[in-house]
Amino acid sequence: MSQNTLTIPGLEQVYDALATAIDGAGPEKTELFLVKLALMNAQALGDPEQFQRHLAAALRDL
Amino acid sequence: MHQPHAEPRRSIYYDYQVFDAWLPSQHPQPQHHAVVIAGAGPIGLVAALELARHGVKCVLLESERQVSEGSRAIVFTRRSMEILQQVGVADRVTQNGLPWRFGNSVYRGQRVFRMEAPHDPDDRFFPMINLQQQYLEEYLIDAVRANPLIELRWGNRVNAVTQDGQGATLEVDTPEGPYTLQADWLVAADGARSGIRSMLDLKLEGASYEGRFVIADIRIDLPLPTERLAFFDPDWNPGNTILMHREPHGIWRVDYQLPPGEDAEAALKPESLKARIDAQLAMIGHAGVPWEMDWCSVYSARALTLPDYVHGRVLFTGDAAHLLPIFGVRGANTGFQDAQALAWRLAFVVQGLAAAPLLAGYSSERVGAAREIIDEAGKSTRFMTPPTRGFRLLRDAVLSLSLSEPFVGPLYHWRTSRPHEYRHSPANSAGDDNALFKAGPGHGAPPQNVRLGADDHLLDHLDHRFSLLYFTEGAAVPDALQAEVNGLRARGLPLRMIAVGSAQPVAGADETLADADGHLRERYGVLASGAAYLLRPDQHVCARWMSLDATRLRAALLNAAGLKMEA
Repeated sequence: MSQNTLTIPGLEQVYDALATAIDGAGPEKTELFLVKLALMNAQALGDPEQFQRHLAAALRDL
Repeated sequence: MHQPHAEPRRSIYYDYQVFDAWLPSQHPQPQHHAVVIAGAGPIGLVAALELARHGVKCVLLESERQVSEGSRAIVFTRRSMEILQQVGVADRVTQNGLPWRFGNSVYRGQRVFRMEAPHDPDDRFFPMINLQQQYLEEYLIDAVRANPLIELRWGNRVNAVTQDGQGATLEVDTPEGPYTLQADWLVAADGARSGIRSMLDLKLEGASYEGRFVIADIRIDLPLPTERLAFFDPDWNPGNTILMHREPHGIWRVDYQLPPGEDAEAALKPESLKARIDAQLAMIGHAGVPWEMDWCSVYSARALTLPDYVHGRVLFTGDAAHLLPIFGVRGANTGFQDAQALAWRLAFVVQGLAAAPLLAGYSSERVGAAREIIDEAGKSTRFMTPPTRGFRLLRDAVLSLSLSEPFVGPLYHWRTSRPHEYRHSPANSAGDDNALFKAGPGHGAPPQNVRLGADDHLLDHLDHRFSLLYFTEGAAVPDALQAEVNGLRARGLPLRMIAVGSAQPVAGADETLADADGHLRERYGVLASGAAYLLRPDQHVCARWMSLDATRLRAALLNAAGLKMEA
């Protein structure tokens, strides 16, 4: 199912970059920023069903 | 006692004419009519003209004594123009309207999406044309007044309706008091606040949205082309949307969304209108340009339909049948298609050609169309007026992304009104060759227009009858086919045969189109002599064959027309 997965250093890089970007956006704009990001990632994913699975996974254990 | 306004309405560009009210004391004879239409708005007028094309008389009741207040419906689609062509007013709309095909969505001063409506070289009409509703009504009224089959009664308001299996009884109020009117069939074309819908206690189904818009018509000289403009989340009206359309006579329509909670009365105060319109003009770089108000109103976005348009002897059409959001020019443009789908069937029933169940096809086709529109319009409305925090967040994210990421642009485009394809209509023939065609309009679709020559298009050649397009290179229609056509006509079925593909007139056809370059055959996916398309009186395709024979023609016509005869 997953054609490309992150390497551990890659995942760590994303982790730091996303945290830094959230801080950069600030509390007022965090949601807006994250929704924009989700839309861009969905576009890159090109697969609404897979996106739906991501939604379900992310909604778990909130 | 009904007292409609006797003074002409005020307008800075339109001269209202007040017509004499129709008074019962001057018409003492009993009032029993085959068809009564309530409401002489664009849809009631088109329904009356369509019925008259079939030779059916009607009485058209209009509560007011003049045409609509304000410009109201201003954008008419190509399909509406094709329908208006049939009732004889398309030329006047073309002469006086402003055609267009581009829409622009603007956010933070940047054009983030440009809509280009396709314009096929085979089409006669532009995708859209702007004209104020008063003019359209005027042209339709002129056509109605010239038609001896239509009796238009100004100042007649329907106060009460009762019905039994045979017809409807109306109490109609006039400036000198009420009278009673019997109708075998009553067409309710009495608009969004349909009194007849209330009298029958019928409920609309669907959604009402919170978003409310001010609609204002101003006269102003702006150096802008006729294109739709939509502005999202401007500084002067954060989170909300503004639409602008050019109209004839130097008028611009400005629609702006109201902040939640603001009531209509406050929104329509002159100082409120002025501040907001000035702010909008400043935003587009035309601060201080003088303007004058013509008309304004408040509109709320609703997407509702009756679940059935046929209630015994009462038939609903246009806004009386459904309330659709203005985004995508859905109101009048949907209503014309209703009127067209209803009129031929009602004519067949009134004339005794078909039994009343034929009207069920009207309801199923048009309720289906309304539900499709409601579904699509819901998407537009959720973008324009987000109903929840989640939808607002997504909309704001799309606005923000659109400045640099064009992939979200199409989300700005609300789908505009289009002719509906009645793919699952009971009028479609079960035994034809629909599935074998690789091109051309399929089951239930409206016809693709085809340019035949200078100022000459296929749809110009269609009339109120069923049209059989018979593709042949032969000299004559085959005997068996000709005999079938003659037999059906002898039973009263209105059917016209147009032969396509022969340089010489084809014997037995009412008309022959040479189609010398084969372009019509190509667009209709016709590969060989003997193919045919059957178009209903409202022009939608109900059957097509690679090779037509008399038996299958008969079956298709009996089915589509609901003819009362042994098959």
